[in-house]
Amino acid sequence: MSEKVLLQNRRPDRPATLEEYRASGGYQALAKVLGEMQPHELTQAVLDSGLKGRGGAGFPTGRKWSFLRADAPHPRYIIPNTDEMEPGTFKDRILVGCDPHQIIEGTILAGYANQAQRAIIFIRPSYEPEAELFEREFSRARDEGLLGENILGSGFDFDIALHRSAGRYICGEASAQVRAIQGERPRPDKEGHMTDSGLWGRPTIVNNVETLACLPHILRNGPDWFKGLAVSKGGAGTKLFGVSGMVAKPDCYELPIGTPLREIIFEHAGGMKGGAFKACLPGGASTKLLAPKDLDVAMDFEALAAIGHRLGTGAIIVFDEGACLVSACLNLVTFFARESCGWCTPCREGLPYMRHLLLKIELGEADEGCIDRLGELAKAMDHSYCGFAPGAAAPVIGLLENFRDELLEHVAQGCCPFKGN
Amino acid sequence: MLPAKLKKELQRDVRASEHPREKAVDVMYAVQRHYGYLSDEGLAEAASLLGMSELELEELATFYDYIYRRPVGRFVLHVCDGVVCWMCHEGWACLAEEESIVTYLCARLGVEVGQTTPDGMFTVLPSACIGYCEYAPAMLVNGKPYGPLTPQSLDKVLDELRNQPPGHLVLDR
Ligand code: SF4
Repeated sequence: MSEKVLLQNRRPDRPATLEEYRASGGYQALAKVLGEMQPHELTQAVLDSGLKGRGGAGFPTGRKWSFLRADAPHPRYIIPNTDEMEPGTFKDRILVGCDPHQIIEGTILAGYANQAQRAIIFIRPSYEPEAELFEREFSRARDEGLLGENILGSGFDFDIALHRSAGRYICGEASAQVRAIQGERPRPDKEGHMTDSGLWGRPTIVNNVETLACLPHILRNGPDWFKGLAVSKGGAGTKLFGVSGMVAKPDCYELPIGTPLREIIFEHAGGMKGGAFKACLPGGASTKLLAPKDLDVAMDFEALAAIGHRLGTGAIIVFDEGACLVSACLNLVTFFARESCGWCTPCREGLPYMRHLLLKIELGEADEGCIDRLGELAKAMDHSYCGFAPGAAAPVIGLLENFRDELLEHVAQGCCPFKGN
Repeated sequence: MLPAKLKKELQRDVRASEHPREKAVDVMYAVQRHYGYLSDEGLAEAASLLGMSELELEELATFYDYIYRRPVGRFVLHVCDGVVCWMCHEGWACLAEEESIVTYLCARLGVEVGQTTPDGMFTVLPSACIGYCEYAPAMLVNGKPYGPLTPQSLDKVLDELRNQPPGHLVLDR
């Protein structure tokens, strides 16, 4: 069994209390940092630890922070992102529900490193129980002097509020999230950098909650310890892998970064439920369909990139041999077409057209030309305004690259070969 | 009209906020809870509380999944149609879209997606992944998750909901 860090306090029935979090070493990092470290030393430790963002993009967290200019104005904001509305992704719910104070401490540490005054945790509507849990634990933390004014007598003031979303996928994108909090229509906004002008025009840092939850452990045990948790060279830390679909034990597993995909599916998640493994989306719905030949890939950012895939959020969605991957992609593209924010044309017009082509193929009404056109469109998604459309096209690109035979079979048979089995 | 007490509370919340617009979603939720959905009258009241134009608030209200601009039933069923729920139909050999749990539910209730049953009990809404993939297929009923669903367990849930005393579950999210 590998070391559990983020989920060490996970219980079957309830979240860890403040006392339980403390008993496991919680808030020691905060006391140490506020007592003896300068903000830039904290950022340096995070840089040294090699921590990369767990929300999907995998950008080094310390570098993201270092874009904040030393003379950037105040107030500054931290936005812990708990939106995760991508199919297959549920790790943040598990994380919040098992140990909320870990995220609270991580958020305060990020606040100190960036000399911010306020954090606004952005949370999706289907996580209302977690939202209420957060609110209760914020006030416990305030009562204990861990949050609010003059934290632990250090003179550092920092508070956390909650923002309840009314639910749209695009709110997971950092700049759209900022607009959502501002009471504007949430769409990506690429003008300027968040670290210069984010929420209310102020310097802002958006971090995924899993990323923030790593901070107390890094600060308490040191960057080298954190690096050593990974089993792949160059990797750092553990990762929450949400495994779902046709596996025997769908759940969220905390494993070292770099754990082979095969091991995650066949050992930890109990192997296949019934039929043989056919394909998976390795990092959530906006990553490429992966074929059995790549099952031995190490689940870290670099190894996946080397074979043309992405770690994304680490949400592994497993399909068995009984699944028609054309209709799976039809489902995915239908989802993305509906969730498009509609701001730019390639995404707004292109995704419904991709859906149309997939439907034709699925119904057996397509010729090979349709498959080629699907490929051209999927590539054209790179010309959209934000990363949503290329992400939406990713499963289809995997389908075209790795499962072209299945597409051709639909065309040749003039119907779905999986129907009526 | 909103009751005076609720209006005062909301006014206080909005005033306490450095940026009133930050409260837009919270105020819409509160007004929706009162009317059962975000009615035209409610939208106008919410906009004036927030110091926004009705059009500005409409832009938000119609964008979000959990704000209802049309009347909904006592129970809003957000059935996840994400790819994981879609594939996890136990014992259902064929993975066709027309046989998803959404379709089964709609057939049971005699409604189409987006519609409300004639008795005003249930509204079925399609939903972006609700984040309960390990319990797939899953749905959210007035914010409470159910899963993994089978045709049998779904029938049971519907029966339970039908027998809930009125007002037992708040119409919220
Ligand atoms: S790519 Fe899609 S989600 Fe992104 S800005 Fe364009 S329309 Fe909106």
